Amino acid sequence: MIRRLVPNTIALIVALVVAFPIYWMVLSALKPAGEIQSASPVPWTLAPSLESFQRVLQVNGFGRYFMNSLIVALAVVVLSGLVAFLAAVALTRFRFRFRTTLLVLFLIAQMVPIEALTIPLFFLVRDLGALNTLFSLILVHFAFTLPLAVWMLRGFVAAIPDEIEEAAQLDGASRWQILWRILFPLVAPGLAATGVFSFITAWNDFLFARTFIISATENQTLPMALLVFFKPDENDWGGIMAASVLMTVPVLIFFLFVQRRLVSGLAGAVKD
Amino acid sequence: MTTIDAGPAVKGRARTLTPLWLLLPAAAVLLPLFVYPIYQLGLLSVLDFRQAQVSGGQPTRFIGLDNYTDLMSAPRFWSVLWATVLFAAALVLVTLAVGAALAVLLTKVSRWAAYTLSLAAMAAWAAPAMTGSTVWMFLFDTNLGLVNRVLGWEGHNWTYERLDAFALVGAVVVWHSFPFVMVTLYAGIKALPEQVLEAAQLDGANPWQSFWRVTVPMLRPIIAIVVIQSIIWDFKIFTQIYVMTNGGGIAGQNLTLNVYAYQQAFASSEYGLGSAIGVVMMLILLAVTLVYLRLLRRSGEPL
Repeated sequence: MIRRLVPNTIALIVALVVAFPIYWMVLSALKPAGEIQSASPVPWTLAPSLESFQRVLQVNGFGRYFMNSLIVALAVVVLSGLVAFLAAVALTRFRFRFRTTLLVLFLIAQMVPIEALTIPLFFLVRDLGALNTLFSLILVHFAFTLPLAVWMLRGFVAAIPDEIEEAAQLDGASRWQILWRILFPLVAPGLAATGVFSFITAWNDFLFARTFIISATENQTLPMALLVFFKPDENDWGGIMAASVLMTVPVLIFFLFVQRRLVSGLAGAVKD
Repeated sequence: MTTIDAGPAVKGRARTLTPLWLLLPAAAVLLPLFVYPIYQLGLLSVLDFRQAQVSGGQPTRFIGLDNYTDLMSAPRFWSVLWATVLFAAALVLVTLAVGAALAVLLTKVSRWAAYTLSLAAMAAWAAPAMTGSTVWMFLFDTNLGLVNRVLGWEGHNWTYERLDAFALVGAVVVWHSFPFVMVTLYAGIKALPEQVLEAAQLDGANPWQSFWRVTVPMLRPIIAIVVIQSIIWDFKIFTQIYVMTNGGGIAGQNLTLNVYAYQQAFASSEYGLGSAIGVVMMLILLAVTLVYLRLLRRSGEPL
């Protein structure tokens, strides 16, 4: 016990420092306006109020941006999950030419600096007449979350024993049935994990929202709406923090939910 | 290895369910939205493509490598390239040092302490780049920021000096990215056979020696992967720089390649030039990726 006193204390201090910005964000969102301006800020509040949240939601219409972000992220999760599932089955359950090449390409795709592709994608989306729409955001995130989703799901599909499919086949199930009635439910935990990852990517995106949603402010997503809060001289920090909390909390919940899967999936070659 | 396309018993419609069909939806998305834009990026980088061409006022012209020679002769490009490389290198080093130190710390603490630290790290990891940036900006705000208040530095602007701004952005990035390193290395250390470390201890190695002589060499494959992932992430930092330094800092002093390409294209309407910067970035990251692939192969990951 005594031997662990020093490391335990260090760990606790580090944890406090690391968690402090999140705490400060939530705290500042709950502080009444007067306390935010205060010359001697204290790390607590005796008069928590929801006025910042109310201002953000009612005056600035953050509810709408929240829904926009949610629509984009959920659409990406569903589309990317389904398509990645099919591709993952192809890449694990079949042997064919260029299989390894394809796998390597999916890996390389994750390294592509997507930011650089905003320029050609901007013109592509413009030519489709899709600028200023949520559809444009769904489209690009669908494409960019796919490679990692395939790469992560591959492991989950491979973990299902072949015997289960063989048994189903002997029972007369068609391959279509095997795919959707047998494999799909068994991969569900993997789909949840990859889904969370796709959700976070789409939810957090600032770059494409900044590039594609130019004039239709009603179609903005949360990150851009947040940026609008910044004014040259007097930032409404209470509002910014309340809006930041609204944007952070959903991701935080999802993240804690699947953190273990995320780690093993991200680390790729790292084994548990 | 048994596969579901084996077996003569399967007939009719089922036979058409080949890997090709299963891959078709993915191809239908990735070819137009991923592969084609990469080709377009290359194409744009050899064109004279600015506002006049976008609006159709002037015809698009093929100008060969002019965009690239323009870049190479621009001092700004070299300073941005250097800043990007140094910034990424510093971030990787600090992230790795912090992550590794905390991973080792995790092995030495009680369960509840490890749990508390992991939870805090998860929260930092999960926070979106955007909101991580906003809260750090608030903490370091010139007038109302907690840091200035505590230090008694009211009026000190943390994004005014180039290095200050890079350090502040860097702190946010490290705060976001050390948890991945910490958790991955911790998992790696836990997977090491205990006997090896015990043997080192019996041979009289102190903790410092056993870390550098035993743990690090045995974790080399994992460390390599973590390093390369970090290089790739830190090289592509966009949101934090864009938001915290307001699009690249005063007079562009905090630009990195990513933000530079974006600004050239969308702020200055130099789409061709912006694309050329994008291509340079792509090539650098491709080189890093190839190293990564070789390491993956060597560590024996079956593809």
